Amino acid sequence: MPLLNTLPDYVLTTKTDELLNWMRKSSIWYMLFGLACCAIELMHTGGPRADIDRFGATPRASARQSDLMIVAGTLTLKMALRTRLLYDQMPDPKYVISMGSCASCGGLFQLAYSVCDGVDKILPVDVYVPGCPPRPEALTEGLLKLQEKIMTERWLVRAPNGNGKQIEAA
Amino acid sequence: MSTLHTEEMTLNMGPQHPSTHGVLRFVVRADGEVMREAIPDVGYLHRSIEKIAEKVGYHGFMPYTDRVDYVCAMFTNQGWGMACEKLAGIEVPHRGEYCRVIAAEFNRIASHLLSVGAMAMDIGAVTPFTHAIREREMINDLIEELCGARLTFNYMRIGGVAWDLPPGWREKALAYLDHFDPILEEYNALISWNKIYIERLANVGVITPEEAINYNLVGPNLRACGIKWDIRKDIPYSVYPEFEFDVPIGDGHWGKLGDSMDRYVVRIREMAESSKILRQALQKIPAGPVLAKVARNFKPPAGECQIRLESGRGDMGWYVVSDGTGYPWRVHVRTGSFAAMGIIQKLSAGLMIADLVTLIASLDVIAPEIDR
Amino acid sequence: MESLQILERVKSKFGDRVLELSDKKPDPFVVLDPKAIVEVGRFMKEDPDLAMDCLSNESGVDYKDRIEVVYHLFSYPHRHGAVLKVKLPRENPAVETLEGVWKSANWMEREIFDLLGVNFEGHSDMRRILMPEDWIGHPLRKDFVEPAEYHGISTVRESPIIRLDTKKK
Repeated sequence: MPLLNTLPDYVLTTKTDELLNWMRKSSIWYMLFGLACCAIELMHTGGPRADIDRFGATPRASARQSDLMIVAGTLTLKMALRTRLLYDQMPDPKYVISMGSCASCGGLFQLAYSVCDGVDKILPVDVYVPGCPPRPEALTEGLLKLQEKIMTERWLVRAPNGNGKQIEAA
Repeated sequence: MSTLHTEEMTLNMGPQHPSTHGVLRFVVRADGEVMREAIPDVGYLHRSIEKIAEKVGYHGFMPYTDRVDYVCAMFTNQGWGMACEKLAGIEVPHRGEYCRVIAAEFNRIASHLLSVGAMAMDIGAVTPFTHAIREREMINDLIEELCGARLTFNYMRIGGVAWDLPPGWREKALAYLDHFDPILEEYNALISWNKIYIERLANVGVITPEEAINYNLVGPNLRACGIKWDIRKDIPYSVYPEFEFDVPIGDGHWGKLGDSMDRYVVRIREMAESSKILRQALQKIPAGPVLAKVARNFKPPAGECQIRLESGRGDMGWYVVSDGTGYPWRVHVRTGSFAAMGIIQKLSAGLMIADLVTLIASLDVIAPEIDR
Repeated sequence: MESLQILERVKSKFGDRVLELSDKKPDPFVVLDPKAIVEVGRFMKEDPDLAMDCLSNESGVDYKDRIEVVYHLFSYPHRHGAVLKVKLPRENPAVETLEGVWKSANWMEREIFDLLGVNFEGHSDMRRILMPEDWIGHPLRKDFVEPAEYHGISTVRESPIIRLDTKKK
C-alpha cells in the first residue's frame, strides 16, 4: 500500500497477535530439567559459545516460573511419574522440547527394562531435537523452530466453549 | 516459661533441583535449618546398562560405557577395553596406549573443570561456571577433531583406539596446554582464595581416613583425606609408569583434614598434574599402529576378571564374567560415586541444608555413575 | 602377598568352611560356606598380615543353577587383594550381611537385593535402591520378564525398525 511505504523507519506496524507472540517468543524461560548426558549439552548451550540467552531463553530452576521444559536425557519409569507432576506444575502456556534421542524415543536404551521409551508417552511434545547428544547448535535450531511455532498461535480468538485454549493457525 | 513446641520437618529435595548433580533425591529431616539426617534416594537414572551388556555383545557395548559416566567417557571406554583385553589376553600397541592416555587425561581436565565449576555454581558463584564451560568448549573442539563427538566419545575399541591422531593435532593440543596452564591461576584468583568461598567449604563434611576406606571412597575424595593412593601410580596400568607426575593430597590447610576445601584443592592440583602428563605424552608418543587385531565376533575364553583404573571420579572397578560366547554373562561396574552416596547419610547429621549442597558438590557425585 | 597365598592362608585357618580353592587365572578365588562369610571377613580385616581394610566390590551373578555373590577385598597398607565367593540357591537366596565389617557393603548389598533378590540377613535397611519401590521382580535375573506396563505407561515402543535383541541367536 503506497501510504505504508512512505512511513519512516521507526514506525512499526503489526497485528496484535504478532506483537503478543513476538514478545512471548523472545523471552522463553526454560526449566532446568537435565536428566542425563544431554544435560551437559544443555549447559553448554547456555554457556558462552552457543549462547541461547541471546534469544531470551534463560534457565529457571522452578517449574512454576518457566514456560518451556527441555527434557534433556533418558526418562526412566521411576522419573516419569515425577516428570508428569512437574509438567502439571508449569503454568499455561507451556511447551516441551524433547532433546536427544533418549527423550524422543528411548534412544539406545530401548533394550532396557526400566526406561520409558520417549517422553511423548506422558507429555505432549512440541519439538523433537534428534542427536545423541545434540550439538548446542542443534538445540538452538530446535528453540528457533519452537519460536516459529509460537508465532503461529492466535491469542485473541478463544475456543467456542470458552475454556481459554488458543486456536492454532491452520 | 513454657518451652516452644518444635517439630521436625521432612523436606523433599526432589529429583529436579538445580544443584543436585543429575537426578538425585534427598529426604531431609530437618530441625529448622540444621539437618538431622538426609536420606538419599537414587535410581532415577537407572538405565540397566549392565543388563544391556548381555544383549549387545562385547564390541556393541562400547557406546553404552560412555553413558555410564558421560563426563569421563574416555575412562569408561578404557575400562571396558581393558577388561576385555585382560579376559582374552590381547595386548594393545604402544602408540594405542599413548593415544588412550592422551585422550583420557584431556577428559580428566574437562571433568574436573566441570566439577569445580558446578561446585562454584552450587555455592552461588555463577561466573566460574561460565569460565569452566569456556575451557571445556576448547577441549571439546580438540576431542571432536580426534574422534568426532563432543560428549559421548566411543573413541576406544577393544585392543586400542579407533583412529589415530589427525595431522596437526599434536601442535594444537600443545598450544591448548600453553593456554590452559595460566587459567588455573585465574581460578585461584576468582574463587580459591575468596573468603566467602573458603568459609562455605572449610570444615564442611569432614571425613577421616579410616572412614573413607571403610566406606570405600576413592579418587580425589580419598586423596583429600590425606591418603596418597592413585591407581596410576600404585597399581600401574597402560603406559603411566613412563610419565613423571605427582599425586596431590589434602593437607587440612584451611580447615580440618578431609573437608570440602581439601577436595576442591585436590581437584585443582590434579588438573595441573594432568597437564604435565599430557605434555610428556605428546612429546614422547611413538609411531606404530593404534589398534590390535581383534576378531569381529569377539569371543573371549570363559572366565572372569576384575580391573581397576583411575577415572576422573576415582577408582572404577570393572568385573566381567564371560561364558565363552560372544555376549558377556555379567558386567558389573563399581564406581566412586556409588560409595560417596553411601556416606552422605552419615555425614549429614548436624549440617545445614545449604551445606548438604556443598557436600554433594564436593564429593563430585554424578547420577549415572550411581544408577548405571 | 600374592592372591593365592592369601587364599591358602584363609583355607588353612578355616579348614572345611572353605569349600573350594581355585587358582584360575587371572584372579584366583575361594568359595566359602555362606554361614562363615562374616567370620572370614572379620579375620581378613583384622589379621595384621592381610589387613583387608576395604571391600572394593561386591556383585551378584546369576548362573542358571545358582546365584553367586562375589566379594573383592583390598588392602591399602599391603597393596594386595583377594576374591571370595559364596554360592547360593536360586530359591530364597540368603546370606549374612557384611555391613558390620565394612560399611561399604551397605549400599552394595541393597543393590544386589534389588536386582537379584538375595536377602542379606541382619542388614539395617533392606529395601530397593535402584528400581521404584513398587516394582515387581528382580531384573538382573536371567528369567526376568519385562512387564507390559508400569503405572499406565507401556514399556514397548512401536518402531518400524527391528529391535536389536530379536537378532540375538
